[in-house]
This record gives sequence, C-alpha cells and structure tokens, in this order.
Amino acid sequence: MDKIGSPQAAPGTSKRPLSVGDLANPSRFLSIVEPLLPWLAGATVLLMALGLNQVLAAPDDYQQGATVKIMYLHVPSAWLGMLCWGIMSIAALGTLVWRHPLADVAAKTAAPIGAAFTLICLITGSLWGRPTWGTYWVWDARLTSVLILFLLYLGVIALWRTVEDPSRAARAAAVFTLVGALNLPIIKFSVDWWNTLHQPASIFRAGGPTIAPSLLLPLVIMAIAFTLLFITLHLAAMRNEILRRRLRTLRLMQAQSAEH
Amino acid sequence: MTAFSALLMRDLRLAVRAGGGAGMGVLYFLIVVTLVPFAIGPELALLRRIGPAILWLGALLASLLTLDRLFAADREDGSLDLLLMAGMPLEIAIGAKALAHWLASALPLVIAAPVLGIFLNIEPRAMAAIAITLLAGTPALTFLGLIGAALAVTLRRGGLLVPVLILPLTVPVLIFGVAASEAAITTTMPFGTPFSILCALSLMSVVVGPLAAAVAFRHAE
Repeated sequence: MDKIGSPQAAPGTSKRPLSVGDLANPSRFLSIVEPLLPWLAGATVLLMALGLNQVLAAPDDYQQGATVKIMYLHVPSAWLGMLCWGIMSIAALGTLVWRHPLADVAAKTAAPIGAAFTLICLITGSLWGRPTWGTYWVWDARLTSVLILFLLYLGVIALWRTVEDPSRAARAAAVFTLVGALNLPIIKFSVDWWNTLHQPASIFRAGGPTIAPSLLLPLVIMAIAFTLLFITLHLAAMRNEILRRRLRTLRLMQAQSAEH
Repeated sequence: MTAFSALLMRDLRLAVRAGGGAGMGVLYFLIVVTLVPFAIGPELALLRRIGPAILWLGALLASLLTLDRLFAADREDGSLDLLLMAGMPLEIAIGAKALAHWLASALPLVIAAPVLGIFLNIEPRAMAAIAITLLAGTPALTFLGLIGAALAVTLRRGGLLVPVLILPLTVPVLIFGVAASEAAITTTMPFGTPFSILCALSLMSVVVGPLAAAVAFRHAE
C-alpha cells in the first residue's frame, strides 16, 4: 500500500512556518494547491485572452498571410511538449533516488498533459503545413522529432496503464523516462541528419527564421499563458491523482475489513 | 571473470538447445523479407533500391521481438532471483545475458542477411557492407531492447509492451544503419561518417542498457 494513499498521513495543524519541503507532504501539498488553483486558472484565462487579443492584432506575414497565426499555438505547445518530458525526468529522479510518492504522482500526471501538448503541436503543425507546404504532412526534421516524442509519451502512458500497482509502475516509468531523456537529443540529432540527407532544408533557414518584434511580443505572451495553463492543469491533475489514490486505499481497507 | 563467462555459456547453451528458440529470429527475418515483394511487387530494380531498408527493418523487428523472453524464462524458474542475489555486479550479469542473447539471436541475423540480400537483388559488394553495418548496429538494438525486457519482467507484462517502448528509441540506429548501407551502395556519400556514428550508438547502448536494466531490477521490489 503506498504511503500517499493513506488519509492518516495528514499532519497535525502545527503552527510552524511553511517551507518548500512541506510541499513534499501530500496533505500539505493539497492544502497549498487547493486555494492556489482558482488564482492560477484565473491568471491563465486572463493571460490567454490578452495573448489571443495580441495575436489578432499582430500583422499578417507578407508571404504566409493569416496562416502565420497558427504559430502562436504551435510554438508554445512544442515548447511545453519538450518541457514536460524534462519535468517528468526530474520527477523520475525523485522517484528513483528519494522514492517519494509525490514524485510518482507528478510524473504520472505530467505524461498525458505532455502528450496532449505534443499532439496539439503536431496537429497545428500539420494544419500550418497544408497552406504553406501544400501538404498536411512532410517528413520535416522537426515534425518527425515531435512525432517520435509523441510516440514516447504514448509509450509512457501505456506503461502506466499496464500495471495496477502505482508504485511499481512509477519506478518502471521512471527508468524509461530517464532513458528517453538521454535518447531524445540523440533522436533529434539523428533526425536532423537524416532529413538534410534526404531533402535540403528549404523551409527553415539556417539560424532560424528572423522574427519581427511585432510578432514576437504576442508569441512571448502566449508562451507564458501556455506555461501557466500547464502548471494549472498539472497541479489539478496531481490533486485529482492524490484523491484518487486515497479513494483506492480506502476501498482496499474496506475490502480488507469486510473479510474479517 | 569466470562468473561472466559461466553465465554467458549457460545462456548460449540454453539458447541453442531444445526450447531455446535461437533460430526463431532468423526464421522470422526470412519471412519478413519474403513478404516484402508480395506487398510492393517483384520488380528487381525497386527491390534493389529499398533492399538495405528492408534488411534493416527486418533485423530490427527480429532482434526486438525475441527479447521479451530474455529474462522471463529466468524469472519463471527462479534463476533471476539467484542472479540478483549473486556476488557479481548486477550490471555485469545483465551484460553477460545480453551478450549471449546477441550471439544467439542477432549474430545469426547478420550471417543470414547476405543470403537474403540475393532475394533483394543486392550486389555482393554492397551486401558485405550491409552485413558489416548490421554487425555494428545490432548490439545497439539488443542492449536498448534489454531495458524494455527488464521493465517487462519487473512489471510481469510481456507482449507488445517491449516493442512499444523501445522501437521509438531505435530510430537513430535505423537512420545511421540504413544511411551507411546506402552509402556503401551508391558511393556518392561517405561511408565512414554514418558508420562511426552507428558504432558510437552501439557502444553507448552497451553502457546505458545494462545500467538502466539494473536500476529497473533493483527498484522492482
């Protein structure tokens, strides 16, 4: 039975000041996150509205027209798709080194969110590709790397779903997450190499496309808004997972007491 | 070092004797390569062009699909527990098992590849190059797959879990393996660059695979 599931783990209401370490206690984590969530959600909505407003006001690209606005969804979701694997890797270290159940929860709940952002990145990239490249999918280096990242996310989710015991699944997923983190740069490099071998990089100029400040500001706002969205979703998902595990533990205890 | 060689010999003997299934990978490889012309047509020029890719894909699938039994049989008869409790470092023990698996399952693929190359109308010189790239690249597949096999055993799940987890990680090996093979055939590109990277990938996997598999076993209980 994992520690996080037991409602008895709730600490007494001591009056000492809070520190970062207190977040490691699931009950304290809940008591801090619960009041924080509405504020985070509100900030996300406000910033997203501001960002979208800026996006609508931003000038169209002289070549791509209005389709360039897809970038404001595409680029932040790509960043978050990668950031999320980084967060999962840190959580994986927490699982393997400190065996901390909250790290398990963080890793487990981050995977579907990361997969969702990666999928948004793929879909928006595909929709952007249709008007600019004339096709929904090209085996462009970046698209291909993101697709493989998406497959790795699906692998982690499949791993979590295969095993019923959460702490056993957590350790296996942590090993795989770290191996994936080690391999992702290699995959990225290989795909870039493969792509330049097969087709010259004609779409993206070397050194990246230079971007006008009028396009950059909305992008930065959208990136911050997406990051806030991620934090909100992740904390809410962690809360739900903790409650779900407590429910599971209560059910197990009930079943056990019914036996006697 | 005696424990290492003893474990290696034990696994090799188990693989070649009845019930070991060392030949199954080669048979699977042969069937995959045979199926390809039925799917894309018997045109020899086309087969020759995509031949290296087919051989690499076949070898990739054949070496990964045999991996989920690597630790499963040992867990069933209890020898895995003995390995975990033995005095030798777990990484070394896992390395010995992986090496035995490579010798019993992947090396026959490398030897079979030139024969299968005849079906795909690949020239002898190019075929030698493909066999060399397979020789250099298959250790990466075995030792990466090791991680998946270890996870599958600790989770007591088999089947498709190992390929689903490991196949995305084999993308670099496939890219550089096929690139080196094609470089050997067309001679428009240098053979050395992709081949050296392929060797580097194999060497890295030989280190990372046993380490990660050992972590998976240590944290399993």
